Amino acid sequence: MALDRWIALVFVAFCCAYGYAAFFTMDQLLPPFMQRNPVWPSTFPKILSVFGVIVGLVVLFGLEAVETSEPSPTDINWRRLHEYKLGQALALLAMMVIYALALRPAGFLLSTTVFLAGGSALLGERRWHILLPVALLATGSIWYLVEEVLGIFLRPLPTFL
Amino acid sequence: MLEGILLGLSAALSVQNILMVVAGCLIGTFIGMLPGLGPMSIIAIMIPVAITLGDPTAALILLAGVYYGAIFGGSTSSILLNAPGVAGTVATSFDGYPMARKGQAGKALTIAAVASFAGGTIGAILLAIFAPALSSVALLFHSAEYFALMVVGLSAIAAFAGSGQVFKALLMTVLGLILATVGEGALFNMPRFTMGLMDLQSGISFITLAMAMFALPEAIYLVLDPKRSETGSSSGKIENLRFSRAEGRAMMPVIGRQSVQGFFIGVLPGAGATIASFLGYAVERNIASEEEQKEFGKGSVKGLAAPETANNAACTGSFVPLLTLGIPGSGTTAILLGALIALNVTPGPRLMIDEPDIFWAVIISMYIGNLVLLVLNLPLIPYIAKILTIPRTFLIPFILFFTLMGAYIGQNNSTELLMLVGLGVLATIFKFADYPLAPLLIGFILGTMLEDNFARSMQLYRGLDFIWERPMTLGLLILAAVLVLLPSFRAYRARLKARGVADGD
Repeated sequence: MALDRWIALVFVAFCCAYGYAAFFTMDQLLPPFMQRNPVWPSTFPKILSVFGVIVGLVVLFGLEAVETSEPSPTDINWRRLHEYKLGQALALLAMMVIYALALRPAGFLLSTTVFLAGGSALLGERRWHILLPVALLATGSIWYLVEEVLGIFLRPLPTFL
Repeated sequence: MLEGILLGLSAALSVQNILMVVAGCLIGTFIGMLPGLGPMSIIAIMIPVAITLGDPTAALILLAGVYYGAIFGGSTSSILLNAPGVAGTVATSFDGYPMARKGQAGKALTIAAVASFAGGTIGAILLAIFAPALSSVALLFHSAEYFALMVVGLSAIAAFAGSGQVFKALLMTVLGLILATVGEGALFNMPRFTMGLMDLQSGISFITLAMAMFALPEAIYLVLDPKRSETGSSSGKIENLRFSRAEGRAMMPVIGRQSVQGFFIGVLPGAGATIASFLGYAVERNIASEEEQKEFGKGSVKGLAAPETANNAACTGSFVPLLTLGIPGSGTTAILLGALIALNVTPGPRLMIDEPDIFWAVIISMYIGNLVLLVLNLPLIPYIAKILTIPRTFLIPFILFFTLMGAYIGQNNSTELLMLVGLGVLATIFKFADYPLAPLLIGFILGTMLEDNFARSMQLYRGLDFIWERPMTLGLLILAAVLVLLPSFRAYRARLKARGVADGD
């Protein structure tokens, strides 16, 4: 089964769960005075869930007539996923997650420098004498811009300092 | 109207706003040149900066400048490297790249800049004429019509944007609408679908979603496939920016036709710059004389001027539904709408009456933006093009960092960053499976308004009667259904016909 149909299947399942919540659980908490209203908080989600299931099923069963064109060689194609640098992409995503978790405790300056330098190193950059100064300079100037010019507080140093 | 133009001039010509136009155009050109980063990613990254400016006029002017700059930058990389950064400039590379190969890169860039300038300027004049007229009509609309109009807009986007796959685009639209119901709506004062998480109480942040939909997948693609960011062989030095008088005369009628045609294609929801540029190229090739037709694809002046004029005019045209109805017709204008709402401005027919200075300043800044591109960016292009030599090992971590920063500055909350990564992975999977991402964001942004208008009409008419009692609402809803069903009906007929021919009894 093609990837787009798998996605449609997951989407239909998601709409069913969403619809279940809208049809059966949301109205229980509704105060009595609101029940006289023609429109409830659950009205729009109910419509959406029904509509979503219909659209999802159309995609899932391929009811829509589409002329399938050959993917062009320059386009990215998930069937050739193993030929791509999947490891690098996943490692970078993991770095983003670590950055998100470390931003507050480690402070902006440290975590950003490590993120920028680490990201470049991960992608195969080995010229440390260029890489580190660039990362440091960029971190410093961005911190200055955000903190001083835009006036948004970013904790610069680790929490224990 | 004259009064409005004067008002706009006085607002747009302040020192701060001129700086914004110049900065926006330069930043847009810089980043737009990088292959793989389209105007939507750039505007998404620039939004936090624009919002912190606090002044809606300045913010919108900045973002519009970035938009123009990005498209111009996209044309530059199409011409120099045959690597269009944006779908809207693919047609530019048909004739621009051959011209650059012949050693006329400078001339090609000038033609592109002049054509863009003319397209953008004529588009802005048309916008100044049509937007006030349309918004006076739109003032007659009630919430029922607004609801129906948004349904029409969403289905038109699904019908035109999804490369022929209407239902995939519809699926994304519905997903966007569903995401918009998360959090505490103003209407009911009751948290919905938050799964008990405090962080979802205020809903999903639009900046995070925009970054995750446009900037992050592009960056991941660049990592996955290094070939995408390969800059290829630049075609020599850029010198001699002039074109001859005869070439100028050949371009004139093309520019005239394409700016009008491009503008009206841009007004249609979902159509936008890409369709306008391809159509413009095709039309000009068909009506050109036989001799000139042979030139197309080999470095024709007309073939370069047509898509460039049309895509800029279409970008201007796409502001019409945004400014008059408050309904975005493209991913880019959807992002602009989100930024405006964050700045406490509600685009729509009342914008012209309540805040005419914003409305006219944006239109005037379009002229200024086009002028800046022509007189400032063009001479700088040889230097700006140096950015194409930045190695990807430096580029990609910075793109990722800017998406993270954008989401963080907007909310000051590191949970937002985790959501960004999660949604970004989701968006990449969608992109792999050829699902269009713009309908999701447009659905998300229109979702709240759609539900508000729907609920208001339900309350006014005590139920669904508003559909039958207001003929315009019914008409618009039927139009929406036709838009969605017609393409598949026609494809179905064609398939039946093809099968009949194949059987051939």
